[in-house]
Amino acid sequence: MSMQPAIDGTEREGSRALASRATAAGWFAVSLVLTLLGLILVTFLIARVVPIDPVLVMVGDRATPEAYEQARRSMGLDNPLYWQFLEYVGSVAIGDLGQSVMTGREVLADTMRAFPATLELALAATLIGSLLGVPAGVLAAVRRGRLSDHVVRLVSLIGYSLPVFWLGLVALLVFYARLGWVAGPGRIDIAYQYSVPAMTGFVMLDALLAGEWAAAGNALSHLILPASILGYVSMAFIARMTRSLMIEQLSQEYVLAARAKGLPARTVIWRHAFGNVLVQVITVITLTFAYLLEGAVLTETVFAWPGLGLYITQALFSADLNAVLGGTLVIGVCFVLINRGVELLYRIFDPRIR
Amino acid sequence: MKFRSVLRMTTAAVMFGLVSIIPPAYAETPADTLIMANAIDGVTSFDPAEVFEFVGGEISNNVYLRLIVRDETNFAEVAGGVAESWEVSQDGLTFTFKIRDGLTFASGAAVTAEDAAFSLQRVVKLGKSPAFILTQFGWSAENVEENVRAIDARTLELKISQPFAPTLVLNALSAGVGAVVEKAVVLANEKDGDLGHDWLRSNSAGAGAFVLRAWQPNEAIVLESNDNFYRGAPKLKRIVYRHVPEATAQRLMLERGDVDMARALGAEQLDALESNPDIKIDIAQKATVLYLGLNEKVPELADPKVQEAIRLLVDYQGIAGTILKRQYQVHQSVLAKGGFAALEEQPHARDVEKAKALLAEAGFSKGFNLELDVFAAAPFRDVGEALQANFAEAGINVSLVASDRRQTLTKYRARNHQAVLMVWSPDYGDPHSTIDFFLTNPDNSDEGKAKTAAWRNAWFDAELKGLADAAILESDSAARKEMYTRLQQSLQTDSPFVVMFQQTEPVAMRNNVENWVSGPAFDTYVFHGITK
Repeated sequence: MSMQPAIDGTEREGSRALASRATAAGWFAVSLVLTLLGLILVTFLIARVVPIDPVLVMVGDRATPEAYEQARRSMGLDNPLYWQFLEYVGSVAIGDLGQSVMTGREVLADTMRAFPATLELALAATLIGSLLGVPAGVLAAVRRGRLSDHVVRLVSLIGYSLPVFWLGLVALLVFYARLGWVAGPGRIDIAYQYSVPAMTGFVMLDALLAGEWAAAGNALSHLILPASILGYVSMAFIARMTRSLMIEQLSQEYVLAARAKGLPARTVIWRHAFGNVLVQVITVITLTFAYLLEGAVLTETVFAWPGLGLYITQALFSADLNAVLGGTLVIGVCFVLINRGVELLYRIFDPRIR
Repeated sequence: MKFRSVLRMTTAAVMFGLVSIIPPAYAETPADTLIMANAIDGVTSFDPAEVFEFVGGEISNNVYLRLIVRDETNFAEVAGGVAESWEVSQDGLTFTFKIRDGLTFASGAAVTAEDAAFSLQRVVKLGKSPAFILTQFGWSAENVEENVRAIDARTLELKISQPFAPTLVLNALSAGVGAVVEKAVVLANEKDGDLGHDWLRSNSAGAGAFVLRAWQPNEAIVLESNDNFYRGAPKLKRIVYRHVPEATAQRLMLERGDVDMARALGAEQLDALESNPDIKIDIAQKATVLYLGLNEKVPELADPKVQEAIRLLVDYQGIAGTILKRQYQVHQSVLAKGGFAALEEQPHARDVEKAKALLAEAGFSKGFNLELDVFAAAPFRDVGEALQANFAEAGINVSLVASDRRQTLTKYRARNHQAVLMVWSPDYGDPHSTIDFFLTNPDNSDEGKAKTAAWRNAWFDAELKGLADAAILESDSAARKEMYTRLQQSLQTDSPFVVMFQQTEPVAMRNNVENWVSGPAFDTYVFHGITK
């Protein structure tokens, strides 16, 4: 990268930049495909190694040997492993994740139905986590070693170390069972379940779009507890990371210089120091979000939240390998895309990384 | 400063306002709807030709009317369902059923003998898991149309290959495969010659008390009343299953009043609920038994003296009173209490000294090592640990292998176990269902195709099998009962099976729920009369 401004070769420089951008996009696509292939291979192999007979799951305990053989053939399990893998990759490429034994529906349709629930929960939790975590982290860094710092660190430590399903159960016990402030497990009360037409798959949004205010309120009431629990956990992470990033910045010479110049503390902290860690904080938040997509399994179980986590757990328990593979793949794709997205963010916000 | 405090107060007020517009959790379910918290992840299909699991079975029983049903006042007897009456020919090979007069499907169309014939033919042609209940009468996809026929709109004729005991045939028809589906509706939804299978997996076309309104896998199942039901419309408009896999959450929802009933609670939750005056706990006897299977491929276990010693080492009362409290009772015969011909005597009681003496006689005075497979879930694992302690007293060193249900089953089905703690629930309400599973073993080699309990434990007794074969052809009920008594007695003392307990099902519900009918089997629940 030439730091010299191009005087005579603007055009050439431009086309070179364009070309390098195209190569970058090409590499991006190639590495994306390779990552996904690797992901499929690993999940596929794990599913085949599990000591569970998928044919038995399909035909049941009392089927005749003929029916068993026929099902085995129709599932393609009589082919060599590499062939089965190629077939699987081929069908995934055209968006066919197979049929779920558990629900009898297309796995893709199942996961697309469960995904909004998980997304809704993860988004709400990330929102809560970053709105609380970022200011708390900055506060702790600025007041390092003082009471507010200790409080923030203690609160994060608790959020960090307590098992999330336990937190969930305690929260259910207190805020739902004892106090009755919020609704309990599930996504919406049964009274509303079938009054909201499904449009986006986000129950609350659907209810708002349909003008069903009471149903939207009820969905919100159901969302609050699980989102707060997950929000608390992600807040703990975000606050810790923000704190250490900020402490590093605050000890830099430019901060001392800015202070010496007599700039107001607020400007120094927020515009200068925080401005410099903003990209990293966004990264932390995005990664937290990705973690929430895959890590909400226990929370979804405790709160009977019909998302992908619950879907995959139950698929595992019923030895529904297509569903496990498909669900894992969807989450894997999200994970890969989010990671790549973070890299792009860096490129956009931080010109030093090119 | 003033501005700040105003800002703070406004913020607080807005926050408070936000909190207060959120409606409080509803502490009451709609008056015409029964809401149950249950784990419904086992549900894969509602097609009566395929349903063979718990929740699907009980729903099928309420959505479809079967040709024959179990008598709700005495589940050991059968009663008329779609069939009002029946006759058996002299040679015992032809059954003629009269279809109930004025019976209609939920759609309003009349139920005819043609619908009934089509339904049975369909089960045989589709050949899903429960099809063997019908194919044992000699029916196959090729011959079922000539053996199962509608003579006229109200007469159905069945021809069977051998003169089986009439009660066996009637009991088999009272299983889920005896459900009558509406032929016209099913065929209208046929796809690629699947006899409407794909459609019936998530829809219903029956003459039962309820209609399947919605199924969201892992979320909810909604049943709606069928006002055309021949015994009158059900008392409740709707029955809703809510998928709540976590037992503690179930308990909280029940106590808060968000559900009327919790179906999958653990011992801890039940203990906690016992003191709540708003909740009652119903305990129903089920036909499931808990037994030990001893694989005779293991030389030690093939010795009858060792088998007898193991029977004497189990602390039946202790385990039933503590670990299995509310969930199982002591029962020592393969046929469960409450069904036809069940043996209720309990000949075995704990006697460690006698067990030691027997082991010494068998040449194992120092004991031996034994692997015991159990499901990793409660209460199986705890029972396994108790047995481990019981057996240790006579020197049998048990190492527990606790695994996932499917893994344990796969191992058992391949007879790779030594000893296994297992449950058995009959597939339909005739003793033959159970006796067949514990006795039949036509090929005791590892390649054997009949994966019955007898084969899995590498055991065969030709004399008992002969008696069992005679019992299915015995049409005199008293004589048949006598035969099953003898079979059970032999199984009790001379087989690799140690039946220890019979399941009871505890269901916790709000006080206002009345007329909950559970019945002995996994699919004998009757929702028609429930009120709240």
